[in-house]
Amino acid sequence: MAAEDYRICSFTGLKIHKPTEDLIKWNTVTAILFLALGGLMGFLIALTRWPSVHYLSLQNYYRYLTLHGIDALLLWIIFFEIGLVYFTSAVLLNTRTVIPWAGWTGYALMLVGAVFVNFVVFAGKADVMFTSYVPLQADAVYYLGIIIFAVGALTCYGHFFANIIQAKRDGAYKHSLPLGSFGLAAACIIAVLTLAHGAVIMIPVFFWSMGLIHYIDPGTYRLIFWGLGHPSQQINVCAMVSVWYMISAFTVGGKPVNEKLSRTAFVLYIFFINVASEHHLLVDPIFSNWHKIINTSYMMHLAVFASMVHAFAVPASVEVALRNQGYTRGLFEWLKKAPWSNPAFSAMALSMVLFGFLGGITGVIFGTEQYNIIRHNTFAIPGHFHGTVVGGTTLAFMGFTYLLIPYIFRRELVMQGMAKWQPYVYGIGVAILSISMMSAGSFGVPRRHYDITFSGAPFSFTFDPAIDMFMSMVGIGGILAAIGGVMFILVAMGSIMYGKRLAS
Amino acid sequence: MAIKEPERIWWKPYTRDEKIWVAVSLLWMFTSFVFMPVYHFAGSQNPPYETYRVSPEEFDKLVEAMIEKYKVGEENGMPVVHPDPDEPVFIRASMWQWYPVVELEKGKTYKIHLSSMDIQHGFSILPINMNFMVLPNYDYVLTLTPTTEGEYYIVCNEFCGMGHHMMVGKLYVK
Repeated sequence: MAAEDYRICSFTGLKIHKPTEDLIKWNTVTAILFLALGGLMGFLIALTRWPSVHYLSLQNYYRYLTLHGIDALLLWIIFFEIGLVYFTSAVLLNTRTVIPWAGWTGYALMLVGAVFVNFVVFAGKADVMFTSYVPLQADAVYYLGIIIFAVGALTCYGHFFANIIQAKRDGAYKHSLPLGSFGLAAACIIAVLTLAHGAVIMIPVFFWSMGLIHYIDPGTYRLIFWGLGHPSQQINVCAMVSVWYMISAFTVGGKPVNEKLSRTAFVLYIFFINVASEHHLLVDPIFSNWHKIINTSYMMHLAVFASMVHAFAVPASVEVALRNQGYTRGLFEWLKKAPWSNPAFSAMALSMVLFGFLGGITGVIFGTEQYNIIRHNTFAIPGHFHGTVVGGTTLAFMGFTYLLIPYIFRRELVMQGMAKWQPYVYGIGVAILSISMMSAGSFGVPRRHYDITFSGAPFSFTFDPAIDMFMSMVGIGGILAAIGGVMFILVAMGSIMYGKRLAS
Repeated sequence: MAIKEPERIWWKPYTRDEKIWVAVSLLWMFTSFVFMPVYHFAGSQNPPYETYRVSPEEFDKLVEAMIEKYKVGEENGMPVVHPDPDEPVFIRASMWQWYPVVELEKGKTYKIHLSSMDIQHGFSILPINMNFMVLPNYDYVLTLTPTTEGEYYIVCNEFCGMGHHMMVGKLYVK
């Protein structure tokens, strides 16, 4: 490893390896492009569920809904996380990416898989939703695309371990990883477990779609699919929490108040979140009572406890840092003087509030054995996860992008006035969207449903008129979030392409 | 800092604030932890768990036999049945129909069997908003005692193809 391959970042003092920088750039830009596509789909879907607009045609509604899940949940988030993998396993440790070609191979596989899936869904051969519950069948190319993408993602998550092992040998760190890397280590461990579930179910389903296997049990599919589907959200949680800690460190110099506390919480995620993911199946005909009781009481709450710890530790790190900077008057001067106009900081703060209060709390409630009966598959469920993965993860990643642009892309942010407002517009839009979805869901409005006036049905049910307001708010929240999303894409892509170059 | 290697010994005792927060969180979690199993036994609002294997053909036969025995009329081209309270009730899900229309008597306890002929469906009783999954090859048995008279609708809330939004069934409590 030649010394000329490195540069010193003028903002952070970190030593950055050229191949690592390129990997982060490509993964991040790809992520942002998929966010743009997935976000556009989300916008059209929100307009369709707004009853007085009802924009898309029947077929396009379900098609775009499938794509929205793939592009916004899977592709945007995982491509961005792969960028974080290199950032935390090489950049933070002032060291190199050990096998850059493996990184590029993983990237290429993910991209090929992503293109396959997008193409086959657009072509109308896979209107199966993100969950593709068997025996609803998509074209074999759909499953193949998912498998290729997963192999690529596994290569990249695996790269994390190669990097930290080599970093230790090189003496890049002596005893313990920085907390940001530790959180990503937890994410990568969960990723391996999760993708193993994916392989166990997606490979047989791929053969089934080609007619080589005749039967896949629908109950078993649901069980193993959610071993993939929910823990993969825990990869996102770990990555997001790491991003919170890192943004706090980069923007205000925040320091985790107690490394022991924060690290223990990450370990709890690894142990308990996978087995807690059966709450998707509480009203399925497959589980015994004991299964449900253990899952909803014991397992779930140990993972929730971990989130409670981070909810304390991240704001505490910000508070301690700002108090050390002299903002010590009263209880809340630090909060008032926090850098609210720095989009990275405000995105982190909003992400924590939305994730905790909208996504987290509702997740705990909806995941209880009895309450699930009145929420399963209603519009309240997407309301919950738009609080977690959109208000939480997506917003946190947007905030981190504002840091990657100067640190990695070495560009100045363009349109800084707009960037300052972006997290607020997006955050408020997502909050309205999420709250109105949950409110409508409490009246039983189904999710993934084209027409809740049931036109053409043998019997017609009319919902409580209150839902008209909530469903219209879904549209309004969707428009606001879309505006915030467009602002983000403009600032991020504008800066990456046309931002003033910064000297390294 | 989260972006720097921590000092050699980071395994430090918790400060007072941390202890309080951890204690409050643990106490809250412990309350939920205990409450979940307690409510399972004390609350009697649990999701049903009685379930059997059944092939679509077998289930279809059971549905047809029930209709033959208990048919009392037709509504919108669909048979209406009024089964005896101690007899099992079968409701069949298929793309895109809940079949048949069922009349239940208030205050009587029924065993309602649900299964699908083709793909997965979601059984959502409105307006009371109770939701269960209906899977092919599984016979899912809800034990149900209707307490309020009226008309109820069964809406499918698991995506099942392009006619999904037209999959509405009906249930009477008399």
